Amino acid sequence: MSFGQLTKVRRVFERRSWRGPGEPLVAIEDATLAFEQGELVSLLGPSGCGKTTLLRIIAGLIPKSAGSVRIRGEEVDGPHPDFGFVFQSPNLMPWRKVLDNVLFPMEILGRRNARAKQRAMDLLGMVGLEGFHGARPHQLSGGMQQRVALCRALIHEPTLLLMDEPFGALDELTRMEMNDLLLQIRSRTQATVVFVTHSIGEAIYLSDQVLVFSRRPARIAERIVVDLPYPRSAQTRFSPRFAELAQTASRALGVLH
Amino acid sequence: MKRILYPPIGIVLTLALWHWVCVEFKIPTVALPTPWQVFVAGVERWDLLLSEGWVTLKETLYGFLLALGLGIPIAVAVSNSQTLNLMFSPMLIALQSVPKVALAPILLVWLGTGIESKLAIAWLVAFFPIVVDTSAGLQSTPRELLELARSLRASRWQVFIKVQFPAALPFVVTGAKVAVTLAVIGAVIGEFIGSSEGLGFLLLSATSQINTPLAFAALFALAALGILAYLLVVAAEWLLSPWLPHSTERSDS
Repeated sequence: MSFGQLTKVRRVFERRSWRGPGEPLVAIEDATLAFEQGELVSLLGPSGCGKTTLLRIIAGLIPKSAGSVRIRGEEVDGPHPDFGFVFQSPNLMPWRKVLDNVLFPMEILGRRNARAKQRAMDLLGMVGLEGFHGARPHQLSGGMQQRVALCRALIHEPTLLLMDEPFGALDELTRMEMNDLLLQIRSRTQATVVFVTHSIGEAIYLSDQVLVFSRRPARIAERIVVDLPYPRSAQTRFSPRFAELAQTASRALGVLH
Repeated sequence: MKRILYPPIGIVLTLALWHWVCVEFKIPTVALPTPWQVFVAGVERWDLLLSEGWVTLKETLYGFLLALGLGIPIAVAVSNSQTLNLMFSPMLIALQSVPKVALAPILLVWLGTGIESKLAIAWLVAFFPIVVDTSAGLQSTPRELLELARSLRASRWQVFIKVQFPAALPFVVTGAKVAVTLAVIGAVIGEFIGSSEGLGFLLLSATSQINTPLAFAALFALAALGILAYLLVVAAEWLLSPWLPHSTERSDS
């Protein structure tokens, strides 16, 4: 059995206005996918297609209308502290120093202790932010803030990392840096990652498996298995196989005929 | 350098103009004393200004603190319970539009001419900005921060104390800054309506004795008091939230 298994997930949003109930909005239709432990799966699709909704359903942050989401064989029916979530924006608390931001999950879980603090420092070191633990979020650049958010998502050693277009707001160079950082983190922590993005290049560069979504309602238009070898580097982006996979993804997205 | 030099020059020019108007148009002292006469009156009766000022400051700060102490819990209750929100929010908004000063005579009847009635009026005018701003702050917590807390299954109390309230603090401070200046007005109005002490009382009795220079001196003392109360809130802000954008040095990234 797979580590993660989604079967025929559907999500409908009721729309109501002062005129009465409106046409219900189908955000996701018939989403079926599976991934193994340690795998990185990308959900790739146009902006606003519902892939973020699907990620939030996997996280247990919002309910599904139909279907089943199983992680390690267990049905997800609410938030699970064994998951780590990285948001589109860094989403840091401006009143906390960097270290305290990273330790926030441990505080909520009642596990803030010397060991947690050591781990936070190690994580900050791993993302290249040693020496910044006492800084305030607003003193950091966008890329640095997102690194802090990454540390915060990893601090409680989640088995599943859910990432919602985490690098979408960053400039191209920073984004490429962050992609390599994520690959590094994966190879060290063996974390399973579900990654939402609208960038074809990013999806292929990072993933073992890319699920391409159509426009609303989001349906899985294509499942692409990325067989690019590890470790991946800037060279990978120029390999013929990369171009081939990017072409397949573009076709599935309908941007290439 | 200009920043330090120019404000005093502006003040000196204004005072000079004031003096010139008094002398040139031979305005009687009863109507408008010269700045120097005001200064002399202030220096002569500095003990009086200080003791009366102390009374008004106490009324202001106690009223303000009472408004904080009652306003914040009420804002918390109203923004965390939909029932309470629906029941009391419309009323709070309606009450806010009542001119609080109009209630002063009634409060005086209830509470007498002692410090209690001044405190009540100062409290009343300071209360609403605190409630309104605090609940606005509590209701505008970034959605993603709430989701982060929820994704970790934080309890309601944890969400409130670790996310909602700290996120609302800048709003509370904004409300408090408005409230403290209003509290000064409330205290003075209370003294106007019925009192035997305080700067408001001094102002009234000085004018009735046609001692206009002293009345002006009291006015300046009142302004200084307002600024002092405001600065106290700013100092509290510094201690409470060093992360507020304007109170921290910003590094250019």
